[in-house]
Amino acid sequence: MALLEVKDLRTYFHTDDGVVKAVDGVEFSVEKGKTLGIVGESGSGKSVTNLTIMGLNPRRNTVTSGQALWKGQDLLTMKPAQLRDIRGSEISMIFQDPMTSLNPVHTIGKQLVEAILIHRDVSKRVARARALDLLKAVGIPRAETRIDDYPHQFSGGMRQRVMIAMALINDPDLLIADEPTTALDVTTQAQILSLMKRLQDDFGSAIIMVTHDLGVIAEIADDVVVMYAAEIVEHADVYDLFNRPQHPYTWGLMGSLPRLDADVERLTQIPGQPPSMLRPPSGCRFHPRCPYVMEICKTKNPELLPTQRDPGHLQACHLDEDTKDREAAKLKATMAEAT
Amino acid sequence: MFRYLVRRLLWAILLFIVITFVTFVIFFMAPNNPARGYCGGDNAKPQCLALATKKLGLDKPVPVQYLKFLKRLVVDRSLGQSYFTGQDVNQAIAQAAPVTASLVFGGAILWMLIGLVVGVFSALKPRSLLDRIAMVFVLIGVSAHPVWIGLIFSYFFGFKLGITPIANYANFFGAPADSGLPGGPWQWFYHMILPWCTFAILFAALYVRMIRANVMETMNEDYVRTARAKGAPENRVLTRHVLRNALLPVVTMLGMDIGLALGGAIFTETVYQLPGLGRTSILAISNNDLAVVQGVIVFSTLCIIFFNLVVDLLYAWIDPRIRLT
Repeated sequence: MALLEVKDLRTYFHTDDGVVKAVDGVEFSVEKGKTLGIVGESGSGKSVTNLTIMGLNPRRNTVTSGQALWKGQDLLTMKPAQLRDIRGSEISMIFQDPMTSLNPVHTIGKQLVEAILIHRDVSKRVARARALDLLKAVGIPRAETRIDDYPHQFSGGMRQRVMIAMALINDPDLLIADEPTTALDVTTQAQILSLMKRLQDDFGSAIIMVTHDLGVIAEIADDVVVMYAAEIVEHADVYDLFNRPQHPYTWGLMGSLPRLDADVERLTQIPGQPPSMLRPPSGCRFHPRCPYVMEICKTKNPELLPTQRDPGHLQACHLDEDTKDREAAKLKATMAEAT
Repeated sequence: MFRYLVRRLLWAILLFIVITFVTFVIFFMAPNNPARGYCGGDNAKPQCLALATKKLGLDKPVPVQYLKFLKRLVVDRSLGQSYFTGQDVNQAIAQAAPVTASLVFGGAILWMLIGLVVGVFSALKPRSLLDRIAMVFVLIGVSAHPVWIGLIFSYFFGFKLGITPIANYANFFGAPADSGLPGGPWQWFYHMILPWCTFAILFAALYVRMIRANVMETMNEDYVRTARAKGAPENRVLTRHVLRNALLPVVTMLGMDIGLALGGAIFTETVYQLPGLGRTSILAISNNDLAVVQGVIVFSTLCIIFFNLVVDLLYAWIDPRIRLT
């Protein structure tokens, strides 16, 4: 049984302007100890998907349907107290902005200890010792003294390490990382990623890595979900995704990866803007921006189906498979040429 | 820290000089003659006027009078005598200040209680019935004048229903034995109920609105989401993570408001005939009694400076990001 199984997840926000379909029929599962990458542009619904699983969306004006089965139990229909017991102990979460994710008026030690004491019946001394161990594990220098410092006394990268320590402090089975490296500079990003990989080996947690950065995906993910406009457009094994991407949106994402050595004047980009989820486009939601658009795309939204070659590789596009393979090969060739 | 205190003290002295000097200038720019009040008003005899002018030092130029005032204050630590009654100003303020302090501190406790309870609850349940009722209360509180509220209160609760006194003050430590006035802690409390309510309404309304806005804003902070993601129960999220951050600006406001209000809760004191600083200064102004006016202003300035300092120190203590340098 998968650790987490998300089925037909939908999250709609009722606003004054109408219903925003932030997540619209998302399905995936996470296996024990594996890493699932969720990639997509801002506003594609990747963060809301995870907040919904964690029950952290604002309750007002939010309608959720579908299932999120955690070890067989549905997180979405669970009693709040039961969900709280899982949050922070079995499933924990790291957020995008480490500068604002820690409470400025408490020392980091106090915040780490709190995470333990909420779930475990141990003494403060024991909890503090555990907190110190974790701070050392995530590579905070002079952890013995720094444990009594306040968040503002740490740099962004160090704060994200503290957040990771806090997330791992109760040995969770699943760690949801919502763009954990986006707000950090490039060298720090690399450090945080390798830290997460190392800790995954040590702690054996599964990870959901939400990002808009395919580089991060290539680095850490086993499985990849590509989201566009609240839906999954492609879902594949990480090697398959990079070797044989099957969706024009995925091609667009890969084409817009910057390369130092490529002889191009400008970065390729996907034309247009992500659609407003108040009024999503008819048919395939990507069709207004898709260079391969056909008549059928404007009226019929393609289903997420396995490719003929590989039943584990899901994609939602009307293009025939030969064309897609050809385009994928072309993309791969240009990328190989560049590297 | 030490340097900070020294700097604050120097600023306070400068502020003090500016404020007292401005009061002096304004007082002498107004077309009146303090000596006339000293001699019994419009029918004053010329001999008396001449004598009073000399006695009060009014024949000297204004800057000289100001310097004499400063010298007396610094050297003798005296605010002088009232131009009107001849009473010692230090003593007048010492009598009036406890009355105002009773009003202001009691009122502050009341408005903070109302502000916290109503503000937090309406922030937790925005657009609920409680929230809407609270917002109506806020609207009334900020619009209604304390004099009007005071008159309504003392008419209904004091006169019609007779459950509170209509007006007047009762000394906390007991009235003089031969005066026949009520005194003692219970009488003091009993007499202060209406003034407290009247005084607190305006501030309670402002604080409800401010606390509601701050709490709602803080609820959306990332670290509150972090606390929930840790699995913290809602009441813990509220007390440990939301309130402390949301109340930081409230502490500042409270310090400033108390400092300001100590200078004289003029309207409330007038309505309930409380012999506090506000009423003292109103009387002094209508009597052209510069010595007393100046005395009240000196005292209020000191209060404001003191409470601002307390707030700054408190702030540095509760918000670790602030360092006093």
